[in-house]
Amino acid sequence: MGNPILFIILAVVAVGSALLMLLSRNPIYSALFLILNFATIAVYYVLLNAPFLAMVQVAVYAGAIMVLFLFVIMLLGAEQGEGVFGTGWQLPAAVVLAIALLGSFIAAIVLEGDVPSVATAVDSSPTSLALVLFEQYIFPFEVTGVLLLVAVIGLFVMSRKMKKQ
Amino acid sequence: MEVTIGWYVALSSILFIIGALGVLLRRNAIVIFMSVEMMLNAANLLLVAFARQLGDLNGQVLVFFVMTVAAAEVAVGLALIVAIFHTKKSIDIGHINLLKG
Repeated sequence: MGNPILFIILAVVAVGSALLMLLSRNPIYSALFLILNFATIAVYYVLLNAPFLAMVQVAVYAGAIMVLFLFVIMLLGAEQGEGVFGTGWQLPAAVVLAIALLGSFIAAIVLEGDVPSVATAVDSSPTSLALVLFEQYIFPFEVTGVLLLVAVIGLFVMSRKMKKQ
Repeated sequence: MEVTIGWYVALSSILFIIGALGVLLRRNAIVIFMSVEMMLNAANLLLVAFARQLGDLNGQVLVFFVMTVAAAEVAVGLALIVAIFHTKKSIDIGHINLLKG
């Protein structure tokens, strides 16, 4: 499942960019660090024998979705940060909750033990992926098509309402 | 030393928790949205890792569906944020208190 050294370097980049996204005052910097994070996850997909998903990750997430984020940040002029973090009790409460979550994850990893591993990687070329997607999962695929249509109609309705006001 | 599934579980747990901290701590609605995206990505990474571990393509197909739903969610959510900005002139969640009694 990948070279240990490569894994560690990528993990440092991924966690570092995630922390910098969390800590940046300017939302544009946050968005750019998030793009770096998505790119490292795409490299992990390559390591994990999922080349097509890596391509989709770069094209859809790092490309389309993050461009939409950057567009909205610049459209609203929201880069002048007011207060960055919550005030008063919110910071300690969030840290305590995060530590509790991390502890439960660690407990789950330690207690659950090993997952049986398949020595040889399965064929995950775009062709075999498409065979699974369009034979076994054809109905969910159609439903997500309807979902995207609903999202587009929702956007249309909302932008029309805003024009009337 | 060999990379096992535990390494991937640990990495995606850390990324998920950083995303959760972003949702809890940040006040800018767009950054909160980006943190939600990061949590979705952490879950996706774990799905792909287990798909590799178990030699099963269904995990990768599930990641496709998560990505589709995330794209729809981002489009609608950002439109909502723009609409809120037009009425409140701010996307600081501290200012979004119309429902407060």
